[in-house]
Amino acid sequence: MNTEAAKLIATALAIGLGVIGPGIGIGIVAGKAVEALGRNPDAEASIRATMILGIAFTEALAIFALVIALLIRFL
Amino acid sequence: MINISLKSDTIFWIYGFPVTNSLILSFIVLLLFLFLSMYYSYLLNSKKRNIFVYAMNFLLRALYNFFKSIFDTGINKFFVLVASFFFFILIHNEIGLFPGVGSILINVGSHGEKDLVPLLRGGTTDLNTTFALALITVSYAQYIGIKTIGIKEYSKKFLNFSNITSFFVGIMETVSEFSRIISYSFRLYGNIFAGEVVIAIMAFLFPVLLSFPFLLFEMFIGIIQALVFSMLSAVFYKLAMQKAHY
Repeated sequence: MNTEAAKLIATALAIGLGVIGPGIGIGIVAGKAVEALGRNPDAEASIRATMILGIAFTEALAIFALVIALLIRFL
Repeated sequence: MINISLKSDTIFWIYGFPVTNSLILSFIVLLLFLFLSMYYSYLLNSKKRNIFVYAMNFLLRALYNFFKSIFDTGINKFFVLVASFFFFILIHNEIGLFPGVGSILINVGSHGEKDLVPLLRGGTTDLNTTFALALITVSYAQYIGIKTIGIKEYSKKFLNFSNITSFFVGIMETVSEFSRIISYSFRLYGNIFAGEVVIAIMAFLFPVLLSFPFLLFEMFIGIIQALVFSMLSAVFYKLAMQKAHY
């Protein structure tokens, strides 16, 4: 296996494995937010704000994986 | 293969200072921002009002109520900064998707060589812009924390010798303060840059119509990311003003 092939595999693995965790995490966050919304529909504004905040933090991990993948691919 | 560059390209130099393509677009955005705000304040003071004023009023009121749920009473002090963050990042993200940005090429190779780079590049797809925004956020949070609760109380968050747990929590706080700069800048940069790469690759795979839904999705992502950045900095300011609770 030469360097170029190893790089391509590393890129795919970095982003492919990296988004598993955040994918599960965002699913849990959104699901729980909908659950809370069903229990208490009046608190929609604060639930939405907290949900976006939680999703942003979870998504940051996927973005880190993406940055690593881009670095491997293009540098 | 399509040409994707991680960093922005230098178009020309002014006295040894490199002027990159993202800097050119940043100045265009700055002028647009200035023009829009001056036009808005001019229309507010005059008698005749058009749809632009009402749309801006609606947007600003929604944004104000949104940040009020985070800041409560101190909203008037911070609203100027966080709303500026929101509009600046929003205009940057959306103008990066305009036709012509990234597609107009210019030859920068000297001595007859060919070196084609895009003339314009979205400001938030350059790490320098987002890093500057993150630095402003973090350093302003330090300033507002020291100003609100005093330097003695504020430094207790980071250096606390009262017991061993507080000491290690203080070290963690210090590290998280620095990692915030990286996470803020890379979140915005990664999202917007990845969006542009996805659009480019989709257009490359299937040239007709496939990149259109992704374009719409990226416009939505641009709004969400502008909101996320300003909201995270708002929460960060709110946290910086609170005393250490141990």
